[in-house]
Amino acid sequence: MSDSIKNVEEKDGVIIISTAGYFNNLAGEAVLEVFTEKMESGSTKFLVDMNDSKVVNSIGVSILIEIIEKLQVVNGVMAFTNLAGIVEKTFNIMGITKYCEVYDSVDSALEKLS
Amino acid sequence: MSKNFMGKEPVVELKLPVIPDIELSATKTAEVISKHMNLSEEKSAEISMALIESCINAFEHSKTKEIFIHFIVEPDKLTVKVIDKGVGFDKSKVEIPNIENKLNSDERKRGWGLQLVSELMDSVEYNSDESGTTVTMTKKRDNE
Repeated sequence: MSDSIKNVEEKDGVIIISTAGYFNNLAGEAVLEVFTEKMESGSTKFLVDMNDSKVVNSIGVSILIEIIEKLQVVNGVMAFTNLAGIVEKTFNIMGITKYCEVYDSVDSALEKLS
Repeated sequence: MSKNFMGKEPVVELKLPVIPDIELSATKTAEVISKHMNLSEEKSAEISMALIESCINAFEHSKTKEIFIHFIVEPDKLTVKVIDKGVGFDKSKVEIPNIENKLNSDERKRGWGLQLVSELMDSVEYNSDESGTTVTMTKKRDNE
């Protein structure tokens, strides 16, 4: 597993991808790789936990747009939790939050997504 | 911190080579300066994010091997300059990104740097020609 991915697990039909460190192009690619593998196995609900990624750049976040695009085709869901304020602001500026849900915690996300 | 030519405002200068993630060293400096200026955590984070994007733009487009960053602490604001001696660019040719256009199209998903900097800082100016580019960004001090 990439250093940028701390953990991947499935709970109640939702794939939870926990990231770690600077969310740059490498981290974005690592999330895309996990997403692609899980989507090919039939998963359509994804939650990205960014509790340990407090700094991002737009190249890494741009890769998330690719994931959103792929999920739209299968009516899938992409959600985020534990976003630092500046990360959520960045997502808002880029328009990501128009297409994804943002939750305060993993538990509150699972409650809605499961 | 050194004094600038006016002998008043502290100035911090960095020279960064183009190596992966080196922009994070600039954000560490920005955090120290923001703390020195008693800027809020929100403003500090906005400065760091704008700095990351400006550094990445310079690294990707200037075709140089190093960039320079100047932090100028002024009574009412922080000014940050990101300077490269590269090939320059024409800002009028940079399209404003829109996620609707990027979704479900062949359009590249990237290209958000200028938009983010513009939204996160209080002012941004670009001076660019064939001898290089200087991005001058400011963030006002918190009201006390």
